[in-house]
Amino acid sequence: MTLDSLALYLVSLATMGGIYAVLTLGLNIQWGMTGLMNAGVAGFVAIGAYTTAILTTGPSASHLGGLGWPVWAGILAAGGVSAVLALPIALVSMRLRSDYLAMATLGIAEILRLVVRNEDWMTGGPRGIAGLPKPFETLGTPVSQLAFLGLVLGMIAVLYWFAERAHRSPWGRVQRAIRENEVAAAAAGKNVEAFRLQSFVFGAFAMGLGGALLAHNIKFIGPEAVEPLIATFLVWVMLIAGGSGNNRGAILGAFAIWTLWAATEIMTAQLPPELGGRAAYVRIFLIGLALQLILLFRPQGLIGERPPKPLGQID
Amino acid sequence: MLEAVGLVKRFGGFTAVDGCSLTVAERSMTGLIGPNGAGKTTLFNLLGGYYRPDGGQVRFKGRDISRLKPHQRFRAGIVRTFQIPHEFARMTVLENLTVVPPGQLGEGLAAAWFWPWGVARQEAKIRARALEVLEFLKLTHVKDNPAEALSGGQKKLLELGRAVMSGNRCVLLDEPAAGVNRALLGDLTERILDLHRIGYTFLIIEHDMEFIAKLCQPIYVMAEGKVLTEGTMADIRRDARVVEAYLGHSGAAA
Repeated sequence: MTLDSLALYLVSLATMGGIYAVLTLGLNIQWGMTGLMNAGVAGFVAIGAYTTAILTTGPSASHLGGLGWPVWAGILAAGGVSAVLALPIALVSMRLRSDYLAMATLGIAEILRLVVRNEDWMTGGPRGIAGLPKPFETLGTPVSQLAFLGLVLGMIAVLYWFAERAHRSPWGRVQRAIRENEVAAAAAGKNVEAFRLQSFVFGAFAMGLGGALLAHNIKFIGPEAVEPLIATFLVWVMLIAGGSGNNRGAILGAFAIWTLWAATEIMTAQLPPELGGRAAYVRIFLIGLALQLILLFRPQGLIGERPPKPLGQID
Repeated sequence: MLEAVGLVKRFGGFTAVDGCSLTVAERSMTGLIGPNGAGKTTLFNLLGGYYRPDGGQVRFKGRDISRLKPHQRFRAGIVRTFQIPHEFARMTVLENLTVVPPGQLGEGLAAAWFWPWGVARQEAKIRARALEVLEFLKLTHVKDNPAEALSGGQKKLLELGRAVMSGNRCVLLDEPAAGVNRALLGDLTERILDLHRIGYTFLIIEHDMEFIAKLCQPIYVMAEGKVLTEGTMADIRRDARVVEAYLGHSGAAA
């Protein structure tokens, strides 16, 4: 591998890590801050990815849309549609206790996956939607890759700012109170369902953005990209590893686990071909093992939660 | 001020609260006692909005609040504490108090994002108030500790602190003395009396008779989901039905 191709590889690694950081920030808003166990991250990733795919691709007979919107509009719409669709889901499921919410969201995500797989007229079915525009592509290598990475990092920065400010405000304090003890939060006059709903929708917006970035990065979206393993489980591992309840932890966890995930790909690629077919399962095993080790030895994650400094308070 | 009118609550075939009526007069310290399983906590949950009654009404300042949810009853002006402390475990003691006051600007995302100065100004006031309450409860030295690290008695004080932070003057206390050591109990009693003096209304469930006798009048006695009697401690001690309820039929006969 030449130095140039190594550098490009690292850029693509950082880009994917960054896209996952957007998803992990979204999950941190829901789980870390409020305690909403969303086991259907993949569903919102799918909504975001397919929304931007339908809006930004050129006209095509093989799927819905092809409206040729600009990429930035597609990405924002992806967040918006994801948030809007999160609303009815939240309305029916916000009363559920965390474990039941997990089951409900898991089910909804699976339904969405089956929809994208089978509703060919809309999503292209198993063939997916190809030919998504990737921004900055006219700039050539390596500027275009770096510019896309810059877009992803910028997205993380903006999202981090919004998430962190929310976390440090009285809004975030109420969310933590709900996470700690929802009965007591209601006794303190807080409308628990309304707060949870806001957190769920906010997180879903981030997940929709992440899904859109994912699709534009590889210029393609298909049902495999929104499998629960890759789009839900991995995000959970990242959040737990980085430090649930801590926005910086969420970002760090995404980059760390994505690096590990990519490293397992390189490692399993070295295996003899007769084992190659099983390699995918070895990777899953390794990530599962990493999760177990983290839970055993560092349950708070790399950077654990700490009480946020309230807004405007200078120490 | 707060009235239960013929409240009924059934769980399956079991009637936990069976036509209970009681009145908590403004600025009173009303006591509620009764043997275990008498339905006291169920009655509290009906008053606090955690259960919907199967019959009867809850009235507050003359208004029927039976159908209001817990957070709506808080807004109406009632605040409750819990028998088993419900602290926000991984939040600091100070945060456990600052989270409570209603009408916080920064509870809206728009203000939290785009008007941090306004939020910060209000936060400063809330924080100052919380520090006052901690001083009053003698919890200042633990203000930055996570609430889960408090002793059982301190958690009870924190429950009272949260009630004070609410600004509501009608407070329902569910066994405030349970699990509190003698030294701290003296403090707790003093704090409740202080609050009563400045105009708070209390309804107190308690097993500690000494505590009830010292604080409460009138006292309601519940047994098997019904209000048996009400009156002063002296009245109640003379009432044969109360003795029977506590000791059982054979005990009363003996």
